[in-house]
Amino acid sequence: MADAALKLGAEPKETFMDKVRNLLPEEGHLNLCLTCGACSSGCPATGLEGMDPRKFLRMAALGMDEEVTSTPWVWMCTMCTRCVHACPMQINIPQLVFQARKSWPEEKKPRGIVQSCKAAMIDKATSSMGATSEDFVESVEETLEQVRSQQRGYKDLQVTFDRKGAKYFLNQNSREPMAEPDEMVPLWKIMHEAGADWTYGTAGWAAENYCMFAGNDEEWEKIVRTKAEAVDALGCEYWLNTE
Amino acid sequence: MVRKTFGESVADDMRYVLKACVGEENFVDTWPNKSNNFCCGGGGGFLQSGFKSARQEYGKLKHDQIMETGAKYVITPCHNCHSQVHDLSHHFEGGYECVHLWTVMALSMGILGPDERVYLDASLSECGINECTLPPDE
Repeated sequence: MADAALKLGAEPKETFMDKVRNLLPEEGHLNLCLTCGACSSGCPATGLEGMDPRKFLRMAALGMDEEVTSTPWVWMCTMCTRCVHACPMQINIPQLVFQARKSWPEEKKPRGIVQSCKAAMIDKATSSMGATSEDFVESVEETLEQVRSQQRGYKDLQVTFDRKGAKYFLNQNSREPMAEPDEMVPLWKIMHEAGADWTYGTAGWAAENYCMFAGNDEEWEKIVRTKAEAVDALGCEYWLNTE
Repeated sequence: MVRKTFGESVADDMRYVLKACVGEENFVDTWPNKSNNFCCGGGGGFLQSGFKSARQEYGKLKHDQIMETGAKYVITPCHNCHSQVHDLSHHFEGGYECVHLWTVMALSMGILGPDERVYLDASLSECGINECTLPPDE
């Protein structure tokens, strides 16, 4: 037996998709869907939670706001933008996903993502693991000391912090200094061998930004600004983001 | 990085570096690749979202792509990809290792230290290790 027909609201109302359309350059092309399915056919998240990019967009276009803003699927789409690349109309489905994430009440969002965002707010380090600038310096210095004493040719290997006028400002995913400090070392040596003029910063050194994933606009902007200001304060020409 | 920011040229740059490290004949590309490649599923906060089985199911496409290459090592550009691909190999028993690009670069330059080889398997973990290590008393 066929499913019961879906009844759409008779009253015209501003839908979730209307709101998103008004936020995006060229309205994100959200009204241009040809329903071809090129997005879904190459999307790794197709099928999860019974959802796929085309279905998500079509549901939004039909004004099924409650379904669109409550499906956990929005946390399973990584917003990788392959769907946009495949789409003949370049429809910005990932932004629709991002805005749907934003619409979730804070307490219902996946706790791990929210906590990683909160942790980054603790210190100017912006680390999602809650690591401070002191933690970072300590981990780097301890690891550097080991390299100097154990490895051939690196007795005088230098790693600097907050060195003004360095050409490159390098950042690091928190998991490296905090969980796998030895993984930072090959990078130092490659930079050294290349003769690169680089520095770490004590502010904004953590490369990740979970507030963006959490759909928390205010805080993810704050993180990006903290990082950009740290680079500018040192007058570095390039910001090397290892994420 | 390829689709959202720098385009195909950065994908070519990375392939240039990797081939210079491992040799043209040892590089196997995935298919599809570059702008058409699939996301591994480590990004977007997925690793911290708590949806573990969904994340692994998402990554099956990447896993199948990797298995198709027959390659022993997968080089990943960022820490999230690294964690996800490492987990995919373990979960689906793919038997491949996952390393950062900097590990391969340092290995090929003969400067990869003894503690920096966690993700190399037995056939490479000793490669050039004596040349870059000081004797304990030196």
